[in-house]
Amino acid sequence: MKKILVACGTGIATSTMVVNKLRNKLTQRGKISNVNISQCTVAELKSKADNFDLIVVTTKVSFTVKTPMILGIPLLTGVGEDKVLDEIISVLGL
Amino acid sequence: MDLIKELVNENLIVLNLKATSNLDAIEQLATVLYDNKYVKESYINAIKEREKVFCTGLPTEEVGVAIPHTDVEHVIKPAIAVALLAKPVKFEMMGMPENKVDVEIMFMLAIKEPHAQIELLETLMGILENKRLLNMIKYAKSSKDISNILLNR
Repeated sequence: MKKILVACGTGIATSTMVVNKLRNKLTQRGKISNVNISQCTVAELKSKADNFDLIVVTTKVSFTVKTPMILGIPLLTGVGEDKVLDEIISVLGL
Repeated sequence: MDLIKELVNENLIVLNLKATSNLDAIEQLATVLYDNKYVKESYINAIKEREKVFCTGLPTEEVGVAIPHTDVEHVIKPAIAVALLAKPVKFEMMGMPENKVDVEIMFMLAIKEPHAQIELLETLMGILENKRLLNMIKYAKSSKDISNILLNR
């Protein structure tokens, strides 16, 4: 089971939208049963990062973490969305 | 769960909003939410400050859009306010503030509880990824038209 953490500034609006989009798209690609998706605020990210296999953010963060991080804006705009999904699937080895 | 029809209100939809900057546009629409008693007065400043830190410009394929919002503590009742900007206004792009987006539609969110307002967020997502709907909103002639698009999506 791979774990994805989605983070945005307040942990409510864009992260909720990205979690939703990810769930829909991963389901479409038949990958959802291998994945667990959580969300949090950017402030919480640093302490939680190590517990996850991938982080998707909707804002740039000023610190670095060991867990791979992908900017998830294409999942909101639809522009370049498939490319980001390919990357997510590839990084997680799904 | 809050049904979307409780969150959409024609009084919160503004056409032809004239703004000199992104913060001006945000302040005007936030004031509409405050005047209609959906948010506390603190929301107006909070949402402007938040835009400076976590900018919300989104360059969808067709139309530049912004989705300003702020913390739940400033919200009294959840809602979505919409403004069609008379002329495109530059917002910083979410996640990449060095890029600017010419925004024509602003969707302002007053969220109290994300899981209760999930339908609103899903509706918004559906609109952002749908070129046809974004164009319908952009060229809408009345608040009622926009309200119908949001409710019937």
